[in-house]
Amino acid sequence: MIYVLQQLLNALQLGSIYALIALGYTMVYGILTMINFAHGDLFMVGSFLCFLCVALLGLPFIPTLMLSMVGTAFLGVTIERLAYKPLRQAPRVSAIITALGVGLFLENFTLAINPYPKHIPNFVPTTTWVIGNISISSLQIIIIALSLALMILLDLIVRRTMVGMAMRAISFDKTVVPLMGVPVDFVISVTFAIGTSLGGVAGVLYAVAYPVIDPYMGIMVGWKAFISAVVGGIGNIRGAMIGAYILGSVEILVVAFFPSTYRDFVAFALLLVLLIFRPYGVLGKPMVQKV
Amino acid sequence: MIARLVAALNRRSVRLSLLVLGFAFSFIVPATGILDEYVQLVLMYIGINIILAVSLNLVNGYMGEFSVGHAGFMAVGAYVSSLLTVVAFPAGSGPWLFPLAVLAGGTGAALIGLVVAFPSFKTRGDYLAIVTLAFLMIVKSGIENINFLGGPRGFLGMEKLTTLPWVFFWTALSIWAIRNLVYSRFGRGILSIREDEIAAELSGVDTRRVKIIAFVVSSFFAGVGGALFAHLLQFINPRVFDIIKSTDILIMVYLGGVGSLGGSILGAVIYTFLLEVLRPLGIWRMVLMPLVLVFLMIYRPKGIMGLREFSWFVPSRDLFGARRWRKEREEANGPS
Repeated sequence: MIYVLQQLLNALQLGSIYALIALGYTMVYGILTMINFAHGDLFMVGSFLCFLCVALLGLPFIPTLMLSMVGTAFLGVTIERLAYKPLRQAPRVSAIITALGVGLFLENFTLAINPYPKHIPNFVPTTTWVIGNISISSLQIIIIALSLALMILLDLIVRRTMVGMAMRAISFDKTVVPLMGVPVDFVISVTFAIGTSLGGVAGVLYAVAYPVIDPYMGIMVGWKAFISAVVGGIGNIRGAMIGAYILGSVEILVVAFFPSTYRDFVAFALLLVLLIFRPYGVLGKPMVQKV
Repeated sequence: MIARLVAALNRRSVRLSLLVLGFAFSFIVPATGILDEYVQLVLMYIGINIILAVSLNLVNGYMGEFSVGHAGFMAVGAYVSSLLTVVAFPAGSGPWLFPLAVLAGGTGAALIGLVVAFPSFKTRGDYLAIVTLAFLMIVKSGIENINFLGGPRGFLGMEKLTTLPWVFFWTALSIWAIRNLVYSRFGRGILSIREDEIAAELSGVDTRRVKIIAFVVSSFFAGVGGALFAHLLQFINPRVFDIIKSTDILIMVYLGGVGSLGGSILGAVIYTFLLEVLRPLGIWRMVLMPLVLVFLMIYRPKGIMGLREFSWFVPSRDLFGARRWRKEREEANGPS
């Protein structure tokens, strides 16, 4: 029982990181109906920015977090402007391929300038408390609390502010909303900035929790976050959070009871089974195709 | 001059004799050593990449779906055929039974393709990409967990059975098969799904059946490509067949142009060739290639050929029909 509770805590930690990345996928999908396959690699860039800040500049946690967020947000908006914007009217597949290309570029570019995996020095002071045989580290609390706070903040932004209203409006109808005077390009840039900066936060938190980083780390974690978004119903922000915690729990429980090599197998099998029985995710609504 | 050459290619006899000539050439080259080993190797990679690109084009180009699982089918073909040649076949019989192994690799991939196709085509578009991706990851992760296949360490012990004539044969066969499939009555069903699935269904195309068959054929040739690849490299491990391999094939297809056999062939040739030429750049070529892809998508999203086709692939009735169709469309809409 205690073992299970301990593992659930780990699941919460992993799920939080997945959730932060999944939000980036789902926000971009909601507004552009495009899968930003480069998002996992932006998360990787966040981790490397964290490494730069900590190992080279010796910054503490909060400035590192801020710099990584700003850096990934800037990169995300730049990518959107240069690579995705010219393709907004193009077939969907062109945009997907471009995103795959951008992702590959980020991976290989990072690999070219930095051929070896990097180890992040331990820069967040950690203490571990033991409550009734369950050990909780301050790291876990930081990760879970920060993620939850950011998710609540995002939910408030999307539901209570003008920009959020504009985002929802654009994802609802792309042809009429620009005619109402909504600055579509600006709103899309804001969406990318928020989505990728959340990915940057996830990168920093991941680097703190699992301190060895390499240029290809974004592929697997990115896909997992993407699965989370799909499990929750892609395009749905609350769904992405729920999906991430479901996937995090499933993965941790698999590792707890089976050899850890089965983790990816089970994660992707879960996705397949879910898509067969609930093709639009937990919270997603089926799209009605009108002729 | 060139126009006359192209016109000559439209004649069936000229095409056939070129094919025979090419096949003979593929025997002569290794026997006499006109081209050195490295060039031969690159030629074989080009052939395998053509098989992969042409077969992926069937699903992604002609049918207009988006599958990213091609490397998974390659993996199935590679492992099935390697298992046969290393474990099942008696020693020394390799060169004789190799076509059987390749066939078995293709069939294995086709069977798996059938299994994947059923759930896949309940959904469409982005979700098909997700299902095929999940399949790819499951194959990779599954192989990593089977100790018998070497797990993550990989599988070796294959003889170098892939030779230039075999590559030529399978490449020609895959182009021939897919060309004939696409221009058959059945192929029109595939095209109609790309243009408008609902309209196709209303016109009496059994879209579910067409999709599944096209997917199975595509996986079969991916398996063939994988089998040839395994017996050329003589070593396979699950990491070879990851999403990056799938992306490679996608790049070839979209570089050449979707819905065009000539495009896939050109794409495979140019991509493989470029990667070899840029080899001195080391890792930076892997930085350059994605950039090429992004610029291509922005400035020429339809690829080099872009739905057009070398006229010698097109049956003459379709050719004249297509010309008239394009002329009529241009008269109606202005040049596109």
